[in-house]
Amino acid sequence: MWLPCPLPRLPKDVLKRAFEVGVVPEEKSRAASYFQLDHSVVSKAVQGTFGDKVEIMSTKEALEKHDWLRDYWWKIVQVDSDKYTSAAETNWDQGYFIRILEDQKVTIPLQACLFVSTDNLNQNVHNVVICEPGAEAQLITGCTVHSNVHRGLHVGVSEFYVKERAKLTFTMIHGWAQDFDTRPRTAALIEDNAVFVSNYMCFKPVKSLQMYPVAYCRGRDSRVSFRSIIYGSGNSYIDTGAKVVLQGEGSRGEVVARAIATDNARIYARGFLQGEHEHSKAHLECRGLLLSDKAMIHAIPELMAKAQGSELSHEAAVGKIAEEQVYYLMARGFSEGEAEALIVRGFMDVSIFGLPKELETSVQKMIGITAERVL
Amino acid sequence: MPENILEIKDLSVEVSGRRILEDVSLDIPEGEVHILFGPNGSGKSSLIMAVLGFPLYKVTSGEIWFKGKDITYLPTNERVGMGIGVAFQNPPAIRGVKLGGIVDCLAPDKGKIDDLVGKMKFPSEFLLRDVNLGFSGGEIKKSEILQVLAQGGDFVMLDEPDSGVDVENLQLVGKVIHEMLTDRSALIITHLGHILRYVNADRAHVLIGNTVACSGEPVKILGQILNEGYAWCMTCPKLGKPRQEQGISPLH
Repeated sequence: MWLPCPLPRLPKDVLKRAFEVGVVPEEKSRAASYFQLDHSVVSKAVQGTFGDKVEIMSTKEALEKHDWLRDYWWKIVQVDSDKYTSAAETNWDQGYFIRILEDQKVTIPLQACLFVSTDNLNQNVHNVVICEPGAEAQLITGCTVHSNVHRGLHVGVSEFYVKERAKLTFTMIHGWAQDFDTRPRTAALIEDNAVFVSNYMCFKPVKSLQMYPVAYCRGRDSRVSFRSIIYGSGNSYIDTGAKVVLQGEGSRGEVVARAIATDNARIYARGFLQGEHEHSKAHLECRGLLLSDKAMIHAIPELMAKAQGSELSHEAAVGKIAEEQVYYLMARGFSEGEAEALIVRGFMDVSIFGLPKELETSVQKMIGITAERVL
Repeated sequence: MPENILEIKDLSVEVSGRRILEDVSLDIPEGEVHILFGPNGSGKSSLIMAVLGFPLYKVTSGEIWFKGKDITYLPTNERVGMGIGVAFQNPPAIRGVKLGGIVDCLAPDKGKIDDLVGKMKFPSEFLLRDVNLGFSGGEIKKSEILQVLAQGGDFVMLDEPDSGVDVENLQLVGKVIHEMLTDRSALIITHLGHILRYVNADRAHVLIGNTVACSGEPVKILGQILNEGYAWCMTCPKLGKPRQEQGISPLH
């Protein structure tokens, strides 16, 4: 059991791991913060100037405060989808509720951290994010474990509601351990002229990670973009993808995935585009880089059109580092190892995410370390 | 007589078991600029790749000497480190690797790069683009030359710096190359010789049928090629008969 405490006063080793998944202790660089350690909410705070723009609290507290929240609870993720969603209901412990109020533009990021600090713990969170009409925000969520944690399970149910004209950018960074399992279950509902951007990164080994977030572009001219960079190492088993359902007139979606597999890692990179409106369009792009003969990447792009005129397309490419690229860089004086590291780092180019500058810099640093370790 | 910066001695090269260069000999004295002419597929670019030591280009016999040292079996980056720069004709795009990132590694002197970028009339965001990804013909030439200059070698190989470039960019590239060559030795591949308007070349060689058929005064050789086409070169007594049957088409 952890007691409430301001972020900067959390133990240094906790803060260090949190920092690696994009969560910072300094209050002034985040509009609002939520920090959960195991089953306890240790911190939830909105920075002064954003007090009337943002609500942040645990979902337990939010359900007591807002009766209407029931209308958003288990509405786009089905509780009976699988044993993990049902565990999140029967053994539910907290999760964050974030609401950006109507027409409020939150200019600096919000953050949430779901932290497992006890070995062999099962953390089952259920999060709800509501971006009200015309609101704009950028949310960073970091999920990670203490360096002493080896085994455990994290189940994270997340429901995102992006209302008319709202724009929400959600960036999730995972940092697990080799014997840790994780099961995010995510869905988003996007209304008229709203935009949902979901960025996902995972660079550390994991025993198994399985997720398949879905976005329903229900509104007219609604937009969704799923972008991910996954680096699978060790004995990681990673099965990820994103599903886009185009329901509204003029709705659009894109799925951009980068997967790197080394050591004995196995990565399934899925994508599913479902066109249900005649004026809708989506594209899926998956690139895989295989760095070991014991690793595997399996790209599974799927397109399903249910309305004439829905334009769906995909491109997928999986392979090793291209030799001509290595030679090209060697002709600039880089050694073979340096050239390969540059190419791998480039492959994990985070500029596709459009992150806030300081987060982009720290993520780039992390990727630099990862890329050098590879080769 | 100045020493040779590059000496290629009876070099034969294979790619995947196919012979692409045969007994090529070519010397470039220090400070000289040499031109390499030849029809498509005669092995001009392959000669550059072989000098760079790309593993695909297997030397089966002969030697390559640079600054008095045998580099025939040195890894590419070590050769380059000795002072070789190269501008490729069709460089590969590398996603996520920014042109500016490469240039920063090559020349830590930021002022020098800014200067060059200005001289070549690059928009500043050009350095933030993934190298060669979606570059136009002119952008490729300029990006390659920028990299060569950032590298700072004293011997440069330029593979068709004048092809696929519009008139304005040709002038710009020509001027930059002219300036670059005031204190460098060079081997320049050209098809139509446009670049000769901007550089003072000392000597030209014609690579045809996988070997150097003749060498001489650049302007004279270019004139002959433009008038007669490479078909005329094919009649050169230096070439054996079998090569004539390869049916290399004349230039015009």
